[in-house]
Amino acid sequence: MEGGYIFDEKDRHNAFISTLDLALFEPNGGPLEGIPVAVKDNITTVGIPTTCGSRILEGYVPPYDAHVVALLRKAGAAIVGKTNMDEFGMGTTTENSAFGPVTNPVDPARVPGGSSGGSAAAIASGMVDLALGSDTGGSIRCPAAFCGVVGLKPTFGRVSRYGLIAYSNSLEQIGPLGKTVTDVNTLMSVIAGPDARDSTTYDRLYDHTPNSDVKGLRIAVPKEYFGEGVDPAVAAKVQDAIATLEGLGAETVECSIPSMTYALAAYYVTCTSEASSNLARFDGVRYGPKVETVRSWHDEFRDHRGALFGKEVQRRILLGTFALSAGYYGKYYAKAQVARENVRRDFIRVLKDADVIAGPTMPSIAFCLGEKSDPLSMYLADILTVPANLAGVPAISVPCGTVDRMPVGLQIIGPHFADERVVDVAFAFEQEVA
Amino acid sequence: MDTDQQVIIGLEIHCQLNTKTKLFCGCSAEFQGAPPNTHCCPICLGLPGAMPRLNKQAVIYALKVAKALNLEVPEYSEFSRKNYFYPDLPKAYQISQYDKPIAEKGYLEIENDEGHTKVVRITRIHLEEDPGRLVHKTGRDRAGYSLVDYNRSSIPLIEIVTEPDLRSPKEARRFLNKLRSTLEYLEVFDGEREGAIRVDANISIKGHNRVECKNISSYKGVEKALNFEITRQRNLIRRGQYITRETRHFMEGRGITTSSRSKEEENDYRYFPEPDLRPLRVRSWLDGVELPELPDARRDRFMRDYGISVNHARTLTGDLKVADFYEQIAGVDPNLAATWVADILLGELNYRSMKIDEIPAINIGDLIALIRDDAITDKSGVEVLRTMLDHCLNKEDCPMPADIVAEAGLGKVKGGEFDAVIASVVEANPQAVSDYLAGKKGALNFLVGQVMKETRGRADPKVLNAQMSTYLDALEE
Repeated sequence: MEGGYIFDEKDRHNAFISTLDLALFEPNGGPLEGIPVAVKDNITTVGIPTTCGSRILEGYVPPYDAHVVALLRKAGAAIVGKTNMDEFGMGTTTENSAFGPVTNPVDPARVPGGSSGGSAAAIASGMVDLALGSDTGGSIRCPAAFCGVVGLKPTFGRVSRYGLIAYSNSLEQIGPLGKTVTDVNTLMSVIAGPDARDSTTYDRLYDHTPNSDVKGLRIAVPKEYFGEGVDPAVAAKVQDAIATLEGLGAETVECSIPSMTYALAAYYVTCTSEASSNLARFDGVRYGPKVETVRSWHDEFRDHRGALFGKEVQRRILLGTFALSAGYYGKYYAKAQVARENVRRDFIRVLKDADVIAGPTMPSIAFCLGEKSDPLSMYLADILTVPANLAGVPAISVPCGTVDRMPVGLQIIGPHFADERVVDVAFAFEQEVA
Repeated sequence: MDTDQQVIIGLEIHCQLNTKTKLFCGCSAEFQGAPPNTHCCPICLGLPGAMPRLNKQAVIYALKVAKALNLEVPEYSEFSRKNYFYPDLPKAYQISQYDKPIAEKGYLEIENDEGHTKVVRITRIHLEEDPGRLVHKTGRDRAGYSLVDYNRSSIPLIEIVTEPDLRSPKEARRFLNKLRSTLEYLEVFDGEREGAIRVDANISIKGHNRVECKNISSYKGVEKALNFEITRQRNLIRRGQYITRETRHFMEGRGITTSSRSKEEENDYRYFPEPDLRPLRVRSWLDGVELPELPDARRDRFMRDYGISVNHARTLTGDLKVADFYEQIAGVDPNLAATWVADILLGELNYRSMKIDEIPAINIGDLIALIRDDAITDKSGVEVLRTMLDHCLNKEDCPMPADIVAEAGLGKVKGGEFDAVIASVVEANPQAVSDYLAGKKGALNFLVGQVMKETRGRADPKVLNAQMSTYLDALEE
């Protein structure tokens, strides 16, 4: 017996790469029975094309389900389609998709954020209430903030990555996006938990009901999250949000995370290095359209990759290849790991004296389409989200008002395995301002 | 040997571990003879999103090897990615170990060319996965494409790296034989599998550049490749030429090495820690790893318990199956069994390309009993053995020696049976008889030989000698 969910929403924002008109589900009484869920297109789904927003995977239909997808099906969810994304997750705007950019449902002249822009836009436009994204350096939280929805990046190891097409294995996590904190909490309880096929998962289930009591909660506010490069209007909105939490009985303490200085550099060296290795398998032997060439396999690999990878992906592969090269490994990759360890220690230190850290999710509101044409200024936009990935700690983005009619996200970061706590703080704020 | 011409050899040996499943997935590792791409799953195919899951058995096997080769196991080791493009490598990287191998600094004792014990230092061992395999259509069907078979993909390998302690190709061969027998005793390796062992050899003449020979896939090949390289390098040196530091490929068929400077050989592997696997903390597992009796210990025990020579003991214990075979029949007569297995049976098997486990031990035991009990001569014994092996080779039931003896009438000729034959030989060879009677003792051998011929070797030469001289001496009187 199977149930069917008829999905006939008009996709005005190019949020999906593929959709199912009739999404089948198991009417098994599970927590998501018959509920439509969108899945980011870098998470493998049996029988549904999975492209990572890249031409190099065009036509690839996976023969297996990601662990989280199997869990969704078990919970009765109707998977309605695969959401658009920056190619292989490499971007902050979802403009780097081979299937065209996603537009922001709040203002279609603006980007939805990225790389899980399709998932956030699908929720913000009302097509679905729940979606899965993945977050390597902010790819869940950024689009959540830009589109005015809720997004959680879980603690590293809390959700199985088995079936997540790797961009940067050591940084990324699959996580839930939703219209409300409760939605996110529900989806998190379905997807979290250990998986023998992902050796980096921990034996921790997520079985939680959000609690809005924040009395006595100690919130650390790092000055780096309100410093140079952060739009003052956005900073003010977030300060107001923190004040709201204080009004509910929370206490704030100022703090500093000095290692933030090197966070972006450490992040980009690590993720491009891992990406250069992860994406090497796309050589034309097994996946993707045929690129005509009559030369040796060595040249054919190059032609295939040159023709089918987008510009940003090629740029990051080159950067990562360079960073891992003999003679440069010590200067780049090894140093990045030291910087990363410093970030992790800073977070552990700050979160010893405080329960959570709060700040803006993004330093600005959503950019206009095409606004960030130079890659460096785009990378800079990730400054407030990458530290949580480097440290492996959980972080959530919850809407906290608007600037110029565009949503602003409040980011709550907790210590390792305190996913429940960041959800609670976001819930308390959401309930208060609702 | 001119010390200036001292040969220096180090080996890197890749051995397939005979675990039930592959190194990073649950696919069966026993793919020999299976149709292509039938022992595969998302993990060993490197499908996007799949993640490795370490096989505990492979780790335990590696620890066994580490313990047997006297290596130290560090507190933690880790897996790294070795990145390179090749059509048989589905992830475009091999999960291997780099600067933190599972074990380091050990040794294995072998015999040097002079027969003395020599310690060969082991630098390290590490675990890694095998790539897939390319199959090229050749001959008339030669196609403009290659086929890829991923059955072999992710089969566990152990790489064993030696210090440059070997001094001759023969020594290198002996090292490999000893290593193979040790791994087989540990029951972690099956040397008879195709491609079970692959060797890269580093070789130099003292004071000159080092050359790496890759792609050697047999024990014989190692000796051949090294001999070829020594000759090549010495010739260059003699002509005052420079030895290029390079990688050379061994062409097994032609027995030569060729320079391989094609593009795909110039790799920068860009090693970095595998982010999908946690560091391996297994030093404490070592206590639980039990070693079986290893070849040297078994050799010493054979000498002690069975009273056999060191050479026999070494030959018999060099191969686990031979040693087990010998022990099954040693009770019949330890020395006779050692002689027959080590000196005769192994040669006869080798001649027929047969393995010792293709013949039941009881058959050989019975054969040795017949010889021990003087029921047949050694010569007949060899004939019985050959008949028996030929039957086995043709996949027929292996006949029992007593049946062969009865059917072929090979039973030793006893007592009176000789008399008629001796009489007829003496009558037919008057010249030899008169020679003997004239004092030419050599004539006796001729006459005995004639009797042996008539009786097809069934007579015992010693007994026959005595009888013949008694017969002849009686003629004189």
